[in-house]
Amino acid sequence: MSDLFWILLSAMVVNNFTLALFLGLCPFMGVSSRVDTALRMGLANVFVLVLTSLSAWTLNTFVLPYAPYLRLISFIVVIASLVQIVEMAVKKLSPALFRQLGIFLPLITTNCAILGLAIFQTNRGYGLFEGLFFAVGAGLGLTLALVLMASIRESTELSDVPEVTRGTGLVLIIAGTLSLAFMGFAGLLSAA
Amino acid sequence: MSAESRLLVTAAPHVGSTDSTPRIMWTVVATLLPLLAAGTWFFGPGVLLVVAAAVAGAVLPEHFFGRRGALGDGSAAITGLLLGLTLPPGLPLWMAFVGGAFGIAFGKLVFGGLGQNVFNPALVGRAFLQAAFPVAITTWPAATEEWMTLRGDLFATPLMSAAADTVTAATPLGLMKFEGTGTEVLELFFGQTGGSIGETSALLILVCGAYLALKRYLDWRIPVSVFLTTAVFAGALHLLNPEYPGPLFMLFSGGLVLGAIFMATDMVTSPVTTKGAWIFGAGIGFLVVVIRVWGGLAEGVMYAILLMNALVPFINRVTQPRVFGQRPKEDAS
Repeated sequence: MSDLFWILLSAMVVNNFTLALFLGLCPFMGVSSRVDTALRMGLANVFVLVLTSLSAWTLNTFVLPYAPYLRLISFIVVIASLVQIVEMAVKKLSPALFRQLGIFLPLITTNCAILGLAIFQTNRGYGLFEGLFFAVGAGLGLTLALVLMASIRESTELSDVPEVTRGTGLVLIIAGTLSLAFMGFAGLLSAA
Repeated sequence: MSAESRLLVTAAPHVGSTDSTPRIMWTVVATLLPLLAAGTWFFGPGVLLVVAAAVAGAVLPEHFFGRRGALGDGSAAITGLLLGLTLPPGLPLWMAFVGGAFGIAFGKLVFGGLGQNVFNPALVGRAFLQAAFPVAITTWPAATEEWMTLRGDLFATPLMSAAADTVTAATPLGLMKFEGTGTEVLELFFGQTGGSIGETSALLILVCGAYLALKRYLDWRIPVSVFLTTAVFAGALHLLNPEYPGPLFMLFSGGLVLGAIFMATDMVTSPVTTKGAWIFGAGIGFLVVVIRVWGGLAEGVMYAILLMNALVPFINRVTQPRVFGQRPKEDAS
């Protein structure tokens, strides 16, 4: 049990997908201008990552032993189509939830963080529960990075930012500084 | 009194104050000078060169790319001084210069200058140096007999390696982390230990900080909250497992006192609300102990403050006081 907790914490803070491994940068740059959108994007990420972890585990256990050369392509195809199906189901069954998360789902599926999670999970030989906790941790880590970035961006909205760094330039510089700050966690929980 | 001055009409507020940004900033600079003097006393005159290089690095980009006359408010000088005081006494001068320039340029100027930066510029510069030159910034020259000796490899140039190895000694935190030996708390308190230029004498920093707090130039809640959290958390860990360092060692070793008093309290990068200040300090204390005890690095004050700087906009948002008469915000959606 405590192992699972450390996996979650490690994926969330120490090996944060965005700030330490530089995965999932597109939503980090693109959807981080408002805190509430960023939060919803993050939660949609948690959801998709959990689905990813489940499908990667299923593929690894039942399909890939027979056809190991299909790994990358099957990950991408299965995860993308599964998320599409879930999106349709959510749209039909719970329009309220769809309005909150739905528009982000197709954006996330082709994200490197998704494929990254599937590959990390396979390489580290995580089982079903370890994979799930890893996915939740990674998703919460993305949420944390997104919300931090969005709150900083909102606070710089009224600043007198010089012409050269206005917009994406400043976002990249903030991201770099955040990443520098997250280096402080390096080596933490290295056992997990 | 002449007729004009009797008829003078001004806009509110009518309560005057002699405090202004330049005045506060230059006072802080003045309170940092005793620390520099103490550093010179402990580590020899070479530290003056290191600090001067850091100050030059901070001042130049501010002069060329900053607002016109921005140097006059003294904030770039503070950044350079603070950065210099957190560097090892034997750091090559060009690295100190680069650190100062990076801190001001990428920590402050890109955000629009004084008052608009999110991260403490001095710490941005130092974090950059730590990432770029991890060996040089953790090389602590040993105290030598001769006070006038220049410690370390001050005049190294980029891409050149040092001619001779410097004699080094570990800091108290390094000793604790990698060899498991402690240092006398009294030595830590007065500062006869290895470490960065300005961080060793806790006593002196506390005196300077108390002066600034009395003048209300810094928010006393932040350092108090940092010290309390660190002491309580480290004390609890020490009680559970005496192998972990005790609270007094945690408080007075490394850059905690310097960071809590001079860096965390930066008016621009700390929360504006009272409740926020307590949370901010508590977060720093907590992260410092976590990084020092379980992390791969011996020192975590810089990272703790930078991480909490990143949280400040969020803390401000959450701790926004309710306007009198306003109902608690209901679910907007």
